[in-house]
Amino acid sequence: MEAVPLRARAYVACAVLAALVCLLPLPATHAPWWVVALLAALYAGCKRLAPRQLAGPFYPVLLAAVFLLPPPAAACVPLPGALLARTGQRPEALRRLWRAAQLALAVWAAARTHWELGGRDAVVASDFPYALLPAAVAVLVFCLVLSALDGGVRALTERVGALRASRELFARSLAPVAVHGLAGLMMAVLWRSRYGPVAALLVLLPMYVTWWAYAQYHRERAAHQATIRALVQAVDIKDGYTRGHSERVGQASVLIARELGMADERVEVLRFAGILHDVGKLGVPTRLLRKDGPLTPEERRVIELHPEYGHEMVRGISFLDEARAAILHHHERLDGSGYPYGLSGGQIPECARVVAVADAFDAMTSTRSYRRARPVGAALAELERCAGAQFDPRMVTALTRAVDRHGWRPSVTADPAPPPPRTPATPPVPPPAADDQDDRTPQHSQHPQPPHPASPGPEAESEAEAGSEPGRRRARR
Amino acid sequence: MRECRLADLIRGAALLVALLSLGVTLWSGLAERGTALAFGVLVLVGELTRWTGEHVREAAPLGAAGALSYALLGENAGHTGHHSVFQVVAVVLGAALLGSVPHIACGRGPTLDHLARRVLTVFFAAVCFQPLYGEGAFRGWVGPAYALLLVALLVLTALCGAVLAAAPPHCRTRWPFGPLLREELRGLVGIGPAVCATGAVMALAVAVVGLWALPVLALPLLLAQLSLRRYAAVRDTYRQTIASLARATEVAGYTPAGHARRVAALSRAVGRELGLTEPELTVLEHAALMHDIGQLSLVDPVPAGATADLPAEEQRRIALLGGAVVRQSGVGTEVAVVVERQADPCPEQPLPARIVRAVNAYDEKARHAGPGGPLTALEELRLAPADDYAPEVVEALARVLARESLPSPVTG
Repeated sequence: MEAVPLRARAYVACAVLAALVCLLPLPATHAPWWVVALLAALYAGCKRLAPRQLAGPFYPVLLAAVFLLPPPAAACVPLPGALLARTGQRPEALRRLWRAAQLALAVWAAARTHWELGGRDAVVASDFPYALLPAAVAVLVFCLVLSALDGGVRALTERVGALRASRELFARSLAPVAVHGLAGLMMAVLWRSRYGPVAALLVLLPMYVTWWAYAQYHRERAAHQATIRALVQAVDIKDGYTRGHSERVGQASVLIARELGMADERVEVLRFAGILHDVGKLGVPTRLLRKDGPLTPEERRVIELHPEYGHEMVRGISFLDEARAAILHHHERLDGSGYPYGLSGGQIPECARVVAVADAFDAMTSTRSYRRARPVGAALAELERCAGAQFDPRMVTALTRAVDRHGWRPSVTADPAPPPPRTPATPPVPPPAADDQDDRTPQHSQHPQPPHPASPGPEAESEAEAGSEPGRRRARR
Repeated sequence: MRECRLADLIRGAALLVALLSLGVTLWSGLAERGTALAFGVLVLVGELTRWTGEHVREAAPLGAAGALSYALLGENAGHTGHHSVFQVVAVVLGAALLGSVPHIACGRGPTLDHLARRVLTVFFAAVCFQPLYGEGAFRGWVGPAYALLLVALLVLTALCGAVLAAAPPHCRTRWPFGPLLREELRGLVGIGPAVCATGAVMALAVAVVGLWALPVLALPLLLAQLSLRRYAAVRDTYRQTIASLARATEVAGYTPAGHARRVAALSRAVGRELGLTEPELTVLEHAALMHDIGQLSLVDPVPAGATADLPAEEQRRIALLGGAVVRQSGVGTEVAVVVERQADPCPEQPLPARIVRAVNAYDEKARHAGPGGPLTALEELRLAPADDYAPEVVEALARVLARESLPSPVTG
């Protein structure tokens, strides 16, 4: 957004001109100027008090102006607030100008509509329920103008369809603006009543609390996500090999869940399930996780406790409900040879089957210190080979389709360095060190489909289960 | 047991007012039925959409605002109203009872104390307003002055509500009344003004435009209620996540089961005893929950998680490691500072860190000491070198322990 296209600048200039035209009849307008000044100051003050950008716009004051004042005077009300408020994004001046022009135009159009429909007399006479009708139309016009202007800007800067963008914005903003409109109408009516502006200002308090709660909600949610990230990072630090693995498994789980047409809420739960699937490794002694060399059966048993540890750890987090099952069962196998309970087939919760596939997929396609990443295609082929015995074929198919459609470009916030390329066009040349560490991985890269009829899916199993524990893989061989 | 009589007194008074109001209203019948019905429905909707959460000050702001505005309703679209104080209480009580039926069916109804508080605050507001209004005492208050008068009455009512709200916990926990009242008053700052303002605005708006004002104003407040509910939900989730992070050390076998939770509960009680404010208590609680998190970075666990007996250098190192984890976790720098400084000599520590240090040591020592552990552990804390545990914290801890039956490490 640094370089604003010339077209967008021209568009903003047009909007500013149009706003100025709306303000032209100002000298000839008879308006109570102290009301204009007071409302403008109120709007500017509310903008100042705004808990950052998160809270969304605060329209009750503007809509009260729409219902109280003649159109040109109403259009003045948003100007100081919009011109003085920081936007926090560059180019600052252009954005402020745009915001002021846009709000002035929207307010003017709404006020004009309200005026034409005789809304002002209804407000003065507090003629209910008739006053609701012009107010509703004015709110509609306000919302329409705002979203049309915004849609135009988005079409010019982000190359999305103007109509579609406007329609989306309109649908999203109508409900909050309508509620603000009701508050604005009540403000206007009380302002005109014998109780005067004092009573009108009281309307703003509950609106402000709504706004505050909304901002708090966002702040708290951000903090919550940071905490989850901290949990995951703690695992990453302990494990050493799996930087960003958890978040990528979360993303792959989301891909699969979306492809399966799950409801948004469940998709979100699966994201957390993927992110937190290895959280139980916090409970495994660091010495074991980092052990170089073969693990004893005793040590392997300890590592295999991590799903149960994880389940125990997140037991108290109520919103995770289904995700807890995924954390407990993500190492179960369809043929019943997995752990911790050896469930088979449909006994394994659906979300656990999703996370199992996502886990194996990321383990194969990411670079580890002891071997290089495999191409996405080879990893998918390997998953398909193990579908039925280890993985649910439905999940594997879904992942394949999703990757075909959207590609696999995971972004990881926890990653300090840019993630290594995971989708090379040609099979990578095996690194010299990989040969003595793991003879099978490079072999796969060169010959994409080596049949292993004797052992059903040992490769994927070791990838999925031991993904981060090279010592353990060596112990199995 | 003077304190417990206070709570009984409140309940008794509420019951008396409720019975009296219902009786009088049944005897004399409802005046202005339409208005009564409209406000009754408003309170009912407010109660139906109430939410239940652990740390919610006002669970049904819409119901509260509706009830208060009915208590302060003077006229309706220009016509003077004639409803009595008793009718106000009867309508609000009826709607509140009706609205709590679904909640009770789900097993999470409003408590008796809530109902008692609602009845008494509404009664208070109505008694302040209706008789004087009926006699025409407010005729001199025209225009804006009248609006301000309503606001002032509602502020008085809110203060009265805070006093009533502080009584039940005071009685239940025998915490001093003063800090509890202060906490209630501070809690009013959030939603309180919104409820007061909406109550006043509704009364005024009904006076101007009639009952149409109710749905128009109820919608924004319903939205406020919805946002607050979402906020409460995400806050609960956040607390749970922090608790899980705290349990990581227990699952990993670094600390004994329940240690973090016990230290958090006891620290909170000690902090309250020492007069910390609610936000400070929250920081203290989070810090206490995560005080052992640094041990996760150790390659080998400390035996039984007993950090209090380690050399000071080692303790400080673990504390710094823990602070680093907390800093990443988005819980806030204040919490991280407390975790970091928990092993410093106590004259240099901030108060929350002193509390965490003393309570942590107490919990560990009491667990090792077997039966009679609490007393032995306290004695050990008192006899420890001067820089280890702050004497005022140890004394507060002793007072808390003498008073409460907090989860003791031996049984819990």
